[in-house]
Amino acid sequence: MIVSQTMAIVLNTFREAVRDRVLYNLVAFALILIASASLFGEISIGIQKTILINVGLSSISVFGLFIAIFLGIGLVHKEMDKRSLYALLSKPIHRWQFVVGKFLGLIFTLLVNAAFMSVGLWAALYYLTRQFVSQDQYIWAAIYFILLQLSLVTAVCLFFSSFSTPVLAAVFTFLIFIIGNFSADIRAFGELTEALILKAATTFLYYLLPHFDDFNIAAWVANGRPVAARLILLNTLYTACYGMALVVASALIFSRKDLK
Amino acid sequence: MSAIEISGLSKDYKLGFWRQRPWRALHRLSLNVERGEVFGFLGPNGAGKTTTIKILMGLIFPTEGAATILGHPVGQPETFRKVGFLPEQPYFYDYLTAEELLDYFARFFPSTALERRRRREAALERVGLAEFRCLPLRKFSKGMLQRVGIAQAIFHEPEVVVLDEPMSGLDPVGRRQVRDLIVQLKAEGKTVFFSTHILSDAEALCDRVAILNRGELVGVGQIAELLKPQSGYEAVLECSATELLPKLESLAAKPVLASGGQYRVEVLEQNLRPLLAQCQGDGVRLISLNPVRFSLEDYFVEILRQPDPRAGHRPPFSAL
Repeated sequence: MIVSQTMAIVLNTFREAVRDRVLYNLVAFALILIASASLFGEISIGIQKTILINVGLSSISVFGLFIAIFLGIGLVHKEMDKRSLYALLSKPIHRWQFVVGKFLGLIFTLLVNAAFMSVGLWAALYYLTRQFVSQDQYIWAAIYFILLQLSLVTAVCLFFSSFSTPVLAAVFTFLIFIIGNFSADIRAFGELTEALILKAATTFLYYLLPHFDDFNIAAWVANGRPVAARLILLNTLYTACYGMALVVASALIFSRKDLK
Repeated sequence: MSAIEISGLSKDYKLGFWRQRPWRALHRLSLNVERGEVFGFLGPNGAGKTTTIKILMGLIFPTEGAATILGHPVGQPETFRKVGFLPEQPYFYDYLTAEELLDYFARFFPSTALERRRRREAALERVGLAEFRCLPLRKFSKGMLQRVGIAQAIFHEPEVVVLDEPMSGLDPVGRRQVRDLIVQLKAEGKTVFFSTHILSDAEALCDRVAILNRGELVGVGQIAELLKPQSGYEAVLECSATELLPKLESLAAKPVLASGGQYRVEVLEQNLRPLLAQCQGDGVRLISLNPVRFSLEDYFVEILRQPDPRAGHRPPFSAL
């Protein structure tokens, strides 16, 4: 019963996103950008394919990020603000089911969006090269990593929106996304410094913040380089653990929250 | 076992941003609602009605005290299997149709697809929205949304129905429908607990009422019982001197009506003697004196005029 109840929330979250016109605008814009990437390539003779893959993957990532933050900040707060939660939580469900259902619903939405944009990327790639080569399979790994990255962004967004306002949640999430993309640099800086406090602080920050830069392999696969299975496994485990910790924390905060 | 048992329930909110101070919205509320009765929860705006209902529905947590519904502690999912709830000024997912909304909520209860369909159709039929089942909720009027709210509160055939201001936003026909629905629910043996400040609805529907003011219970029982000590007298006086008016106003339970040197004064029983003492003065003539029974509205106004025993310890209601 708990699974079917949570699935109902997942599907309703997906349905809400699907019926939101803003989402279609974003997806359409991303598809146009991917299609036009082949035109960018014409001004750089010989590297059209590299540019197409780079622009395509970046579009999936950036527009996915917009969707994750735009919808993620409203996951909990919108329902509290509009009080649609009152009727929902007076049904025989746990509050954590609501949090988990909303999270999974947005992940499912991101998955479907990424699938649409991926079809656009593959179509543009075929239009440009008229064939697929074995190295192209690593584009799937890059798309998978983008999805992992977006799942983490959604979890961060959910965490902040469980106790702050939507604007603050968006700002915090965006800042963490930016800083998390430089986590390796933070660690490198800590290793260079002599100050113990600074070293401890950078090490703490390195382990605390999500390592978004570990998922950035667009340029790598655009040049036809392979992706190691070990990296795929480690990134999957990292996302599962980090994401779960954030969702559990969000559920705990929300379970104790007064819905005024 | 009572349908609803509330024992010593209090709720403090924190006010302020930097230096937070507590504000007591509900103070040691205790009351029982018996099975099968229609129970009205009355009080002016800010009395603590919605706070109590939110605690019962597990939406907020009490600072102290406890409550049970059908013997189950509030806030646990199992409690809500047999409870229906209509929030005050409800908002529902406006991208859904009425049918989709009920189907969504029905998925939280153990039922087959066939049963879900039967229940949602019956509920929409019951609130008069069957023909609008496929219309998105964003196109619904306020009154229609209120009726969808009632449909989602009763579709799973609950034993206890909690309605927060169910008549709010309804036109006279809609109000009549809701009143009829409450009567039907009672006839089916359901317990109905509803808050309102429309006193005529409470007088027409309730077996018992509880009256809340400034977060405290000031009366509970049958309306006739509550109004008994509120019987009084209507006196008509004739007087040429205008200085009598302030004295009469200080004794009156309602505003004094003055017309052509005559004053119509309604006083509570305990103020009858002081009023008659005023009639002993020169130039004052008592024209008539008749017993009157005060309405629930008069009782209400009288309660609101009483000083707050905890004044000084809490800011005004508008602060929240």
